[in-house]
Amino acid sequence: MNLHEYQARALLKAAGIPMFEGDVASTPTEAEAVARRLGGTVVIKAQVHAGGRGKAGGVKLARNPSEAADLSAQILGMTIKGLTVQKVLVVPAAEIATESYVGLIMDRDTQRPVFMVSSAGGVDIEEVAAKTPEKIVRLPVDPTYGLFPHQALELAFVLYRDFAQVKAAARIMEQLYAAFVNNGASLAEINPLVTTPDQRVLALDAKIVIDDNELFWRPDLGVLRDDSAEEPSEAAARRANLTFIKLDGNVGCVVNGAGLAMATMDLVKYYGGEPANFLDIGGSSSPEKVINALKIITADRNVKAILFNIFGGITRTDDVANGIVAATSQFKVDVPIVIRLTGTNEVEAIRILEGVGMRALSDMDQAVEQVVQLARGAA
Amino acid sequence: MSIFVDRNTRLLVQGITGREGSFHARQMLEYGTALVAGVTPGKGGQTFEGKVPVFNTVAKAVRATGANTSVIYVPPMAAAAAVFEAADAGLPLIVCITEGIPVMHMSRAMPFVRSRGVRLIGPNCPGLIAPGARAKVGIIPGNICSPGRVGLVSRSGTLTYEVVNHLTRAGIGQSTCVGIGGDPIIGTNFIDCLRAFQDDPETDAIVMLGEIGGTDEQNAAAFVKEQVTKPVVGFIAGQTAPKGRRMGHAGAIISGSSGTAEEKLAAFAAAGIAIMRRPVDVVQLLRSKM
Repeated sequence: MNLHEYQARALLKAAGIPMFEGDVASTPTEAEAVARRLGGTVVIKAQVHAGGRGKAGGVKLARNPSEAADLSAQILGMTIKGLTVQKVLVVPAAEIATESYVGLIMDRDTQRPVFMVSSAGGVDIEEVAAKTPEKIVRLPVDPTYGLFPHQALELAFVLYRDFAQVKAAARIMEQLYAAFVNNGASLAEINPLVTTPDQRVLALDAKIVIDDNELFWRPDLGVLRDDSAEEPSEAAARRANLTFIKLDGNVGCVVNGAGLAMATMDLVKYYGGEPANFLDIGGSSSPEKVINALKIITADRNVKAILFNIFGGITRTDDVANGIVAATSQFKVDVPIVIRLTGTNEVEAIRILEGVGMRALSDMDQAVEQVVQLARGAA
Repeated sequence: MSIFVDRNTRLLVQGITGREGSFHARQMLEYGTALVAGVTPGKGGQTFEGKVPVFNTVAKAVRATGANTSVIYVPPMAAAAAVFEAADAGLPLIVCITEGIPVMHMSRAMPFVRSRGVRLIGPNCPGLIAPGARAKVGIIPGNICSPGRVGLVSRSGTLTYEVVNHLTRAGIGQSTCVGIGGDPIIGTNFIDCLRAFQDDPETDAIVMLGEIGGTDEQNAAAFVKEQVTKPVVGFIAGQTAPKGRRMGHAGAIISGSSGTAEEKLAAFAAAGIAIMRRPVDVVQLLRSKM
C-alpha cells in the first residue's frame, strides 16, 4: 500500500526525524491558510501516487498566500498519470546547501532490509544508480539485531564530513529504520535529505510503502489507505477480496491464481485479443466471490465478452459454477460468457452449468480463441 | 528418484486440525504420502482420521514419530513462528504453504533457518510432489501428475497445474514438481531447484515457470548457462501485464532492473532455454529436446 507524501511525513515525524513544517490542504482556502501560517515562499505539491509530479506541473512555487491559493486551485483536480489530485502539501521553500538520498528497502536477494545512501540526492537518483553505481553505498541490516550504532555512523559518514552533521544524520538513519520496522514498511525513502545554510540536517520529501500483509493486524495503518487514489473498480474489488487491475481491452477475464491469470491475459493477446483486466479470484472461491467478480467486470462498458478460466485445486469448480449461475440469475449479463473449467469437482460443475443451458470447455487455448472471436465479432 | 522428497519422507502437518490443514492432510493421505504426525497446540492426544497422532509441539511429534519433513498450514500471523518451531526441532525440510505472511517476519526467520541448515520451501507456495515416490507435500492435485523424468519448478500455483496437466495428458511424466512461491522472501529459489534437478539421475529435462518482477529468473538463466547440461524449457507469465505505478526509487536501484518479461525472456534465450509462448507449448518443446 502506497502512502501519500504527507502521510509518510507524519510517520517519519512521529519517529523523531527533523523536517520543515508544512501541512496538507484539500481546498485553495486551506492552502492559503497554511501558506500564511508558514510565511514566505512556499512549495505546493500534488499528493498523488505517481512519480514525475514536478514534470507534470503538480509542484509549484508560491511567493505569498494568495498565490498559494491560486496555484492550489490549478493543481487540485488536475490529472497526473490518470489520477485526480485531491490534496496538496504546502511546505516552505527552504534554502538548501546539499541534497542526499537515503532509502531503505526489503531486498529479495539478501532477504534483509538494505540501506542505500548517496551524497548525490535529488530527482535524478535513478540516473545516478544507472551511470555511477559506485556513488550509492548499500548496507544490509540483520533484522535480528537491527541497525547497529556503528552502521548508522558508517552511513552518515558517506554523506557528510562535519561531525555534528554526521551525528545528526546517524540519528536519522536509526529513526528511519525504527519507522520502517514499526510501520511494517517494505520501502521508506528520504529524497532528498538536505542540509541548510545554517548546518541543519532535515528530511525534505518522504515516501513509504506498507507491506499489504501487515494490514491484517494493523488497522491503524489500514486507515491511511486513500480509496480515491485508486481506480474505483480496483477499490471495489479489493473490498470484495479480489485482486483486480483494470486494463484497456475488451475481453474480461476471471481466473483463479495470479500466475494463471497473467498467462491467460498473455494468451488472449497471443490469439489477437486485448484483455480488459487482470482478476484473480484466489484460492478458496465462494460463489459470492464469483458474483462480485462478474459485477465488477460487467460494469466496464468496454467489455464485449467474458472468459472464466478456472483450474480447480483448492478452488472447487462447482463453487465457481454455482456463482456463475447465481450471478446471471441476479442480474443481466448482456455479453457472451465463455467458461473453461477443469480440476476439483468438474463433473458436478459441468452438471450445474448444463442445468441452466450453459456449457463449459476443458481446454484453455480453445476457450481463449473462442472468447477473442466473440469479442471481435461484437466490437 | 526425485528431489527434496522421496519414499523416505515422513511427513508432519503443522495446523492439521484447521480448515485448510485437515482438508489437505486428507488429500496427502489419500495420495499415499507417509503422513506420520500432526501438530496443533492444545489438541495433543487427539487422532486425525483415526490413524495420525496429533501432538502439542513439533519437538514431541518428531521424537515420537521420527518425522523428517513438515508442511505448514498455519494462519499468516503465526506462520513464521511455526517455521521457527520446525527448524528448532531439527527438521531438515520445511514446506510453508501459508499465504500473506508479513515479509519482515520471513526476513527474521531466514537467518535462523539457514543457521540450522534447514531447507525451507515457500512460503506462499503450493508445495511439491514426487509422483513416482507417491510423496505429496502441499496442495498440488495428485490426479493431474504422473511418474516420469521431467522436473518442474514454478513460482505460481494454478499455472503449474495447467502445465503439469498438459504434460500428463501427453504422456510425459514428472520426477518432481516444486512450487517455490511468489513472495519477496522465499527459502528455496529457482537455482536451488535447478541444481537439484541437474544432480538427480532420474531427471532428464527441466521445465521452469517464471513470472514478471524481481531478478530470480535472470539469475537462474545465468546458472543454466554455466552449470546445467540437461535441456531446459521456460515460460514467463505476465508479458502483457501493465507497468505498475511505481513509487520511490529504491526498488529500481536495488535490482538495477524492473523485472520485465522482455528482460527475462532475453536472459532465457541467451542461456539456451527453449521459450514457451503458451503453456501448451511445453509438450512440443520437450519432445524436440529429449
